Amino acid sequence: MKLRAVLGKTMVHGLLLATSLLFLIPIWWLFISSIKPNDEILTIPPIWWPSSPQWHNYVDALTSPAFPFLRMLFNTLSYCLLATLGTVLSSTLVAYAFARMRFVGRELLFGITLATMLLPSVVTLIPTYVLFQRMGMVGTYGPLILPYFFGSAFNIFLLRQFMLTVPQELSDAAFVDGAGDFRILWSIMIPLVKPAIIVVAIFNFIYAWNDFLGPLLYLDDSTEYPFAIGLYAFRTRFSLQWDLLTAASLAITLPLIIAFFLLQRYFIEGVTMTGVKG
Amino acid sequence: MSRKMRDNLRAYLFLSPWLISLLLFTAYPMLASFYFAMTRYTIINPPEWIGIENFVVMFTKDELFWVAVNNTLYFTLLSVPLQLIAALMMATLLNQSTRGIGFYRTAFYLPTLVPAVVTTLLWMLILDPRAGLANGALEALGLPKLGWMYSVAWSKPALILISLWVGLGQPMLIFLAGLKDVPKSLLEAATIDGANGWQRYWRVVVPLLTPTIFFNLLITLIASFQVFTTAFVATATAAGTTAAGPLNSMLVFMVHLYRHGFRYSAMGYASAMAVVLFIVLVGVTIAMVRLSSFWVHYEGTPPR
Repeated sequence: MKLRAVLGKTMVHGLLLATSLLFLIPIWWLFISSIKPNDEILTIPPIWWPSSPQWHNYVDALTSPAFPFLRMLFNTLSYCLLATLGTVLSSTLVAYAFARMRFVGRELLFGITLATMLLPSVVTLIPTYVLFQRMGMVGTYGPLILPYFFGSAFNIFLLRQFMLTVPQELSDAAFVDGAGDFRILWSIMIPLVKPAIIVVAIFNFIYAWNDFLGPLLYLDDSTEYPFAIGLYAFRTRFSLQWDLLTAASLAITLPLIIAFFLLQRYFIEGVTMTGVKG
Repeated sequence: MSRKMRDNLRAYLFLSPWLISLLLFTAYPMLASFYFAMTRYTIINPPEWIGIENFVVMFTKDELFWVAVNNTLYFTLLSVPLQLIAALMMATLLNQSTRGIGFYRTAFYLPTLVPAVVTTLLWMLILDPRAGLANGALEALGLPKLGWMYSVAWSKPALILISLWVGLGQPMLIFLAGLKDVPKSLLEAATIDGANGWQRYWRVVVPLLTPTIFFNLLITLIASFQVFTTAFVATATAAGTTAAGPLNSMLVFMVHLYRHGFRYSAMGYASAMAVVLFIVLVGVTIAMVRLSSFWVHYEGTPPR
């Protein structure tokens, strides 16, 4: 019996280890290719460590005029930070109304909010583009950032669920002491649902960082590109010069990986929340 | 002003951003999509009403439309079940032991973070037909090398492979949370009743997990029908580097829509495509919700 248990455990770990290696090898491959000389990247048999690491690939890629790194870093960061700020502000406000305020049409409006979560975004794509075109905003970050300031169904839902777990007595007590809704939201609600707000912020930041279709549609000047589109353009310029391309790729991925290791708890919690509460 | 009215006003003040969003970024574009679908619209000139012509052209004349439909179905029907089965398997294995769980969780989740452009380029490097890592491995095993993104037959399997690498982490974590919620007492009761591990898994754990499976299925399915970036970047890259290229074997629905709307300025036709996809997705969602009563067990209802 004991032997069987040990064997079972070993098999489970063996399987898990083998699969997780399959998942990690591509990331290793991205890294190792980025420090290889170009002629050691595509070889059979594969080379797992370069004859001499070419760290200058990073300098070459990030100082290449075709990949204006600092410019794109600035673009990407401002896009991500503004989008995140917008969605956190608006979604928190709206979530509070759904969680704590009484008003006509609450159930109906909340039902509509839930329904829009399943709404395929494709059906709003073209008229939204036309709308921003009319407003003269195509070619700017406006269409990418502005919608975030009006809330998003999923974030509203997530924050509302969290706010519902805050004891009603707390806000009642504050109300008796003369605090208004803004006050209650600011000094009671927000500190108590901070983990949920952090989750919302992280996921939106990453979503904006990785967004491809949005910038592809709305931005046409290469000086405005964020990383996602900048890398795509860099690829065409260099017709698959893999050493520089992988260095640039890793450079724009690394911030997210570092963020993951620093904020791992929130990531796991966030994904789990979406599944359990959804 | 009565107290009730003041309450309402204050609430709607809080709600105002969301109401604007619902009107401006949801309701209006949705209705407008249906209108544009009935027009010829190049964005420079005002929309011109042509009735159902876009749909007639789509279904009877545009051969690439059906290519795109087939490619999207091929991709979805293979990638969604594979993603979910693999995610459930990994979560089940991970639930067996707590040692090293942090490492495994990280390994499966990391690919989710990689930007889709990077993912696609990285996999094009790995799947390079001449001397990529994957073909190196195939050759070492004595198997023939494959053309992957550069061949008509293997480009879609390549996309599915990428979707597995990217799409496993999220559902796996959700499954894992679901598995942790299975009450120990139920499993113990089943053991006392003489159920072995296999029976406990299929008769107790899986039925309790069906709401989670349903949730993951719905989310993955909707996302999969709208797959864009991987196919778009892979097609552009493969076509740009060789004369042969993968033809239209990676032309998925969204890429076809994008080309018509934003390359050829056929906004009316692209809207018609969007409407078709929308109706299909709503239909699929409703059908799945209806069918779910046959296999999804919510807490409190006994398994059939």
